[in-house]
Amino acid sequence: MAIAISLRDIVKVYPNGVVANKKVNLDIEEKTIHAIVGENGAGKSTLMKIIFGVEMPQEGEIYVKGKKVTFKTPMEAIKSGIGMVHQHLMLAEDLTVVENLTLGIEPRKFKIFLDKKEMNNLAKKYIEKYKIEVPLEKKIKELPIGLKQRVEILKALLRNADILILDEPTAVLTPQETEVLFKSLKELKEQGKTIIFISHKLKEVKEIADKVTIMRDGKVIATDDASNLSEHDIARLMVGREVSFERIEESRHIGNVALKVENLSYFNREKIQVLKNINFEVREGEIVGIAGVEGNGQTELVEILTGLREASSGAVYVLGQNIVNKSVREIREMGVSHIPEDRMKNGVADKAKVKENLISDRYYKNNFSKMGILNYEYIDGASNELVKRFNILAPSIEAPVNALSGGNIQKVVVARELSSNPKVIIASQPVRGIDVGSEELVHNFIKDARDSGCAVLLVSADLDEILKLSTRILVIYNGEIVKSFDKVEGLTGVDLGPYMLGLKRGE
Amino acid sequence: MEKFILKYFNLIRTIIAILIGFIISVSLIFLVSKDSIAALGYLFLGPFGSISRIGNIVELATPIIFCGIAIAIPFQAQQFNVGAEGTFFISAAFGTAFALIIQGLNLPGFIYILVVLTFAGLMGAFWGFIPGYLKAKYRANMVVLTLMLNYIAYFISIYLINYHFRDKAAGYLTSYRLPETLFLKQFIPNTRIHIGFLIAIASVFIAYYFLYHTTLGYEIRMVGFNFHFAKYSGINVFKVIVLSSLIGGIFAGIGGMAEVMGIHRRFLWQSLPGYGWDGVVVAIIGHNNPILIMFAAFFLAYLRIGGQVLNLLSDVPYELISVIEAIIILLITAEAFLENVKYRITVREAEKEAFKNESSS
Repeated sequence: MAIAISLRDIVKVYPNGVVANKKVNLDIEEKTIHAIVGENGAGKSTLMKIIFGVEMPQEGEIYVKGKKVTFKTPMEAIKSGIGMVHQHLMLAEDLTVVENLTLGIEPRKFKIFLDKKEMNNLAKKYIEKYKIEVPLEKKIKELPIGLKQRVEILKALLRNADILILDEPTAVLTPQETEVLFKSLKELKEQGKTIIFISHKLKEVKEIADKVTIMRDGKVIATDDASNLSEHDIARLMVGREVSFERIEESRHIGNVALKVENLSYFNREKIQVLKNINFEVREGEIVGIAGVEGNGQTELVEILTGLREASSGAVYVLGQNIVNKSVREIREMGVSHIPEDRMKNGVADKAKVKENLISDRYYKNNFSKMGILNYEYIDGASNELVKRFNILAPSIEAPVNALSGGNIQKVVVARELSSNPKVIIASQPVRGIDVGSEELVHNFIKDARDSGCAVLLVSADLDEILKLSTRILVIYNGEIVKSFDKVEGLTGVDLGPYMLGLKRGE
Repeated sequence: MEKFILKYFNLIRTIIAILIGFIISVSLIFLVSKDSIAALGYLFLGPFGSISRIGNIVELATPIIFCGIAIAIPFQAQQFNVGAEGTFFISAAFGTAFALIIQGLNLPGFIYILVVLTFAGLMGAFWGFIPGYLKAKYRANMVVLTLMLNYIAYFISIYLINYHFRDKAAGYLTSYRLPETLFLKQFIPNTRIHIGFLIAIASVFIAYYFLYHTTLGYEIRMVGFNFHFAKYSGINVFKVIVLSSLIGGIFAGIGGMAEVMGIHRRFLWQSLPGYGWDGVVVAIIGHNNPILIMFAAFFLAYLRIGGQVLNLLSDVPYELISVIEAIIILLITAEAFLENVKYRITVREAEKEAFKNESSS
């Protein structure tokens, strides 16, 4: 078979000294779906950015259909017939679908005026050809994420992409949406397109890919036909050791209600109701998972529970005390810990030292300071202890946090939040974007906290994580708790999907 | 070697920036001067030519150090408070007025000095509080606020001095002379280096200790590093914004009054002296670190005095020194300057590391 893309000895080093690709060699055959899997930080996204001209490698050669190329910008990659669907979709939210599709290549009248009719015709032609349905006249911001993604794919096809790169396309989709996507991808393959598909969901890889390449630590570990590899093989090659996908053991002891949310509602500045009459409770010694597609009110809910946002109505009780109108510090002092969804925005000050990040919630307390003067001797001791206990790989506690890898930055956050003797832990996407090794550690820390009697609220878009950790599961859709599962054993993502999409709701 | 370069990259970059600035200035002098060798001597060695010129450097550095600290503290909290200029001025004016009003009490010298400096510090705190509060409460733009407040400070001060404390016996617009007990002693003969300089040096260390060793300093820096993180951690951001401006104001206020008490002995400014802006410059060069700011202030003062000597003794105009100053500051503050060199070294080092491990394993 003909080779669509061939990479030879690609080396990429980022300005901070991270070597993302170490002499990578890879061949992508034409008219196949080629999955690239690996842990976060394995170098797969970097590799895709190099193919698409977003990043330039320091060394190595790229051949597209046998021709040597050097892309300095994505424009050049697009001209060579490469299209990319980014994980964070790159669409103009306020423009309509058809405007987005033809952006930059709009048909014009007299070279200056938009030819709306021609724009529509062009879009329709492609919709028919590839059987990817999208509502042309709707604005992007009105569409659900699955449809937005379809627009992105179509946009690439409209630019005559022969080779499509999809960067973790299913991360934001429900199981049902994923199925639709896969049907489209198979159709595209039939029509002669080459598809590169990045994922770390092994089930999907087995389902859709013809070929699989496994990356680890910046290198290609193996490339083989998907049929020759089992899920288990892939996982082992990815991580470099055996991994368990099993659920953590059940809570041994469930105690009193520690967190109680009562008739909580929230209207945002545009007067849109983001949270609708939310009720639930979390008991000591249990993990309650909140499953849902991102953007259904989870962020707002977490911010209200931790004092970063004010509820419009309703009450939140921590150990019986109402926290509405209390400051973040007061809430923290009542024993609430918060692992934020965006660690770089909220979780750390990336240019500050590791130790300065570890004390941000306790620097004013006894031992850490006296009469307003910091006691560095004690701070250093306590910080070194946390670094050891939580297995943080850092050059030293004096190093700035941005010298650490993503997984270790998250461990800094987790170390701080779990070492404050919390009664209630609000964990939002606690393992997002970190490697499998760190993920396992963080999950174990959360489990240990649960076993020592903490009440944990786990908010995650990753269903596997929810299913692995939760004692009970609540599904949130459009600002409402639409379903609660009291027994998690035996549940799968497919059971949760219809509720997450709003197709079904509980009694 | 390469590891060394990476570690001290900022320092090396600053030195290279200064060197390039010097090379450009040397070329400029060669272009405009008939006797360029002598001119270079005046510019670079002139400031060290006599005790009194060295004294000039220190005298000039004193108010710049105060203002640099006053700017650095709010800058550390990412509050772009450029109000040191106005705070310096209005505190000096009100301090002078206050000193003249309580003159009749005949306080003993030391107490009198302390009371007046405290008053000036409080005035500075008040003038720093205004933009801090407005920013925290109404999210007003700090730069615009403090720029406008500089004008307000200027006109209020001029009004106060010219209409209420003007010495009509003097042949020009100025306040009454301060009583002698209030003078800050000039303690090195042939110079005007005064006790205020010692206060400035003490302020450097106090400010350093404050920023890096107190809980409030920690809060200020964390808000500056990442505002969202500070809020999430439970730090009272409102308080930090107000206090960082207020505390910066104290240093500007004391600096203004010390300048009056140490050098001029009366309030004789009729226009803003510009020390606040110099303070911005040294705060940026010194990365908001009080100790580095002190060195930056000496460096800036050295450049200025060199320029004055040059102007006095050669055919090179004083304006040239502003050009040189601007070039050096531009190079130092341009963060991307030499960044690609650093990148290349980083890449080389990282590759070495990565493939070394490879071959050994």
